[in-house]
Amino acid sequence: MAAIAERLTSIWEETPGLASWLTTVDHKRIGKRYIATAFVFFVLAGLEAMVIRVQLARPDQALVSPDAYNQLFTMHGITMIFLFATPILSGFGNFFVPLMIGARDMAFPRLNAFGYWVFLFAGLFMSFSLIIGKAPTDGWFNYVPFALTHYSPGLNIDFYGLGIIFIGISSTTGAINFIVTIFKMRAPGMSINRMPLFVWAVLSTAFAIVFALPSLTVANVLLELDRKAGFHFYDVSHGGDPILWQHLFWIFGHPDVYIIVLPALGMVSTILPVFSRRPIVAYPYVALSTVAVGIVGFGVWVHHMFATGLPQLSMTFFSAASMMVVIPSGIQMFAWVITIIKGRPVYTVPFLFIIGFIVTFLIGGLTGPMFAAVPFDQQITDSYFVVAHFHYVLFGGAVFPIFGALYYWLPKMTGRLMNERLGKLSFWLIFIGFQVTFFPMHIMGLLGMPRRIYTYQAGLGWDVWNMISSIGSFILAAGVLAFIVDYFFSVRRGRPAGDNPWAADTLEWAISSPPPAYNFESIPHVRSREPLWEQPGLPEEIRRGTAGPVLDEGHATVATSVLDADTEEILEMPGESSWPVVTALGMLVVFSALLVSHLALAAVGLLIMAWGIAGWLWNTGDVTTL
Amino acid sequence: MRHLRARVWFLITVAFLLPACSSASPSALRPRGPAAQRIDGLWWFMFWIALGVFCVVIGMLLFGMLRRRKPDSVERGSGETAVVLLGIVAPVIILVTLFVVSIHDLNALSAPAKTNALTVNVIGHDWWWEVRYPQQHVVTANEIHIPTGKPVLLHLSTGDVIHSFWVPQLSEKTDMIPGKINRMLIQADHPGVYRGQCAEFCGLEHARMSFLVIAEAPAQFDAWTAAESQPLAATTGAAARGEKVFLHSTCVSCHAIQGTSASATDGPDLTHFGSRRTIAANTLPNTRGNLAAWIEDPQGIKPGADMPPAVLEPSQLQALLTFVEGLK
Repeated sequence: MAAIAERLTSIWEETPGLASWLTTVDHKRIGKRYIATAFVFFVLAGLEAMVIRVQLARPDQALVSPDAYNQLFTMHGITMIFLFATPILSGFGNFFVPLMIGARDMAFPRLNAFGYWVFLFAGLFMSFSLIIGKAPTDGWFNYVPFALTHYSPGLNIDFYGLGIIFIGISSTTGAINFIVTIFKMRAPGMSINRMPLFVWAVLSTAFAIVFALPSLTVANVLLELDRKAGFHFYDVSHGGDPILWQHLFWIFGHPDVYIIVLPALGMVSTILPVFSRRPIVAYPYVALSTVAVGIVGFGVWVHHMFATGLPQLSMTFFSAASMMVVIPSGIQMFAWVITIIKGRPVYTVPFLFIIGFIVTFLIGGLTGPMFAAVPFDQQITDSYFVVAHFHYVLFGGAVFPIFGALYYWLPKMTGRLMNERLGKLSFWLIFIGFQVTFFPMHIMGLLGMPRRIYTYQAGLGWDVWNMISSIGSFILAAGVLAFIVDYFFSVRRGRPAGDNPWAADTLEWAISSPPPAYNFESIPHVRSREPLWEQPGLPEEIRRGTAGPVLDEGHATVATSVLDADTEEILEMPGESSWPVVTALGMLVVFSALLVSHLALAAVGLLIMAWGIAGWLWNTGDVTTL
Repeated sequence: MRHLRARVWFLITVAFLLPACSSASPSALRPRGPAAQRIDGLWWFMFWIALGVFCVVIGMLLFGMLRRRKPDSVERGSGETAVVLLGIVAPVIILVTLFVVSIHDLNALSAPAKTNALTVNVIGHDWWWEVRYPQQHVVTANEIHIPTGKPVLLHLSTGDVIHSFWVPQLSEKTDMIPGKINRMLIQADHPGVYRGQCAEFCGLEHARMSFLVIAEAPAQFDAWTAAESQPLAATTGAAARGEKVFLHSTCVSCHAIQGTSASATDGPDLTHFGSRRTIAANTLPNTRGNLAAWIEDPQGIKPGADMPPAVLEPSQLQALLTFVEGLK
């Protein structure tokens, strides 16, 4: 038993030191990095929001200039969406998908490392704009013609256009990696109807990314061609069309809401049954809902454009589609609540966050269909009611589950339990702070307050709600701070977690905390949807090397068939490599050069990329370095 | 717990109703025209449905959390039927109803292809509103006068980026998009002043791009258009000196005054500026002091606006103020 662990460790453990920090391809290290980096961006974007809330606390304030305000709200949105929500969920997927499906790594470990570096560099690229005071100023949906050179000279919008194309590369590689990993790397016996719901959600999300992102990339390529090369795709005076941008943007933009929310809903469907002490109710419906949202989500984008003067017939169609997309969410909502009713709930901190999620997401889900009702949408779109709605959906639907997931899974990642008392404090501050901050925004919107205004006149009925909202934001921030304190306290002094502190059912809890480099001593054979509940002897079998293949002859894992997960072949996995970071660095050079229109430098960047890709393809051995 | 919740809901209901009473608020829940009225009805219809669904789900959640369980009982039944009934059947019924109601409202709101209603052209600019009455030959800015009780057809367009025309108390909003002219009906049932504001982000001073819709009885409205269509009458005294200052300063490179040689159209037409209620797209009340501040330091009041500061001798400024104030 110990001998197996030793042999596998010598095969899978990466060389310690700084070099391996750059060359790692271990999905767990990469996953942790994604989560940590994204969390830093979360804090930054949160601080930006705090400035916004202080500015709006009272009418006619001048804490920041209009230009600074526009940069702040734009960066808040871009950072939260592109640099926090998507990557942190990617991080959880990276760390836990292979563990939950009984694999030893992602399908393409080096591509995985590459994805992280691109995310980091693109994030730094975009954030750099704020440091030099040239951050984008046109909001996250960056409407033209305001975003064209005539109205927005300067680099601000180019940081957006190029940065979004740049980070899209990371999301795309990640998505492809998840699809292949989930389809081909599941442990033998984990047929598709036994997959944990989090894995289902990551799979749907990955497909949504693959289909939605090209539209955003095209939109931004056309934008940069307009801005940098004198094209006129969006310029009406030369036969272009600003509405084209809106279509391209929202074909991505609406599915993106599901790209953010779906994996979080998957977390809920995974965590909630554990603390209800029973399997989830209506598993097939929940799994199919996940897929349905991913598909129907592509048919609703025009509800962001109901005020643009479209023909009534097309509005009718998109109104119906937008209402339809409510149903899969409704199915999941009732599946969760009925699971709690039929279970025996245990009120741990992760579960509190899940309940906070249910309440908050429910409110966001109830205001959602209101936007499908065209006349109401036309009245209330671009008002603070929308700001309230999408924070209920995105903060409620994603951030609450993410905090729940952090409390749930950090013990597996660090080996130490979080502090319950600090956790409860953090939950209540975040929950109350959130409601106090965002509920009044519904009212502000109904009272006629448009979004994206840097100030407002006194006496319009908005003053008191803005003040309440600003106070709430400080409570919310205190809650996040409590979490951070809890983390740094627990990671040093927390009680040891043990393998399965929550008595959970999925495979990641079968192995030690933190997991060893090779994940599983032997690849388990899965016989049910809740393996650790139905096969209580499994952890012991895995450890003893009797659960399935040990594969201690090389850097290898098992590939299985797509639907039934029958063993097909043994895959030789690549090891540490410095080529992903080199290729990503080359890309950073290319995008920085394009930003300042320096073509020679861009060529240098392309050469670095070519070198990186050549090295990447050339060396297929176990350890490939410069 | 239940008691507390009831109290919370009472407070929330009061919270919705209270500001609706404050008279200056451009609240969509205080409709003053048929379109806003209809949308208000739709909102409350959806609100009560949403509240009902909220109570059902939260009730179930609380039941699940609080109910006592026997120590060793095992729950029977998969729960799938309940999920199908509550998660599919009930939402389909509710959503189909909502769809039918909202499409009915949509049809009621849309402007007919042919109408002989009064037409007003509103053109969004960074960051003010140009208002033209083609049949009455009236040009003004940041103030739209309409007769009460009649639908008014708006032709909405833009001179630069996308703006959005929104008067919550009268009707839904409509975007102003380059290369397009969008049509929309507005109507006010009672005389009053209704605040409108740009609702699509349009740059630095998006926050200070509002306007007023002034609804008055048809007779008053006709009197207003008759007065507004007149060019400038001859000026005397201080006003005449002010007119000279105006015509020899940078003012004329952007502003027009009908009946003088000033005819630029980059900025608001000032022919009847003195009769308007506000300055700089509803940023300041139109008083002599505010006007002086605006002419001398527009960038301090509305940073980024196209208006440059005027460098004038105090006596020149006073004459100019007298002239501009007198443009009734």
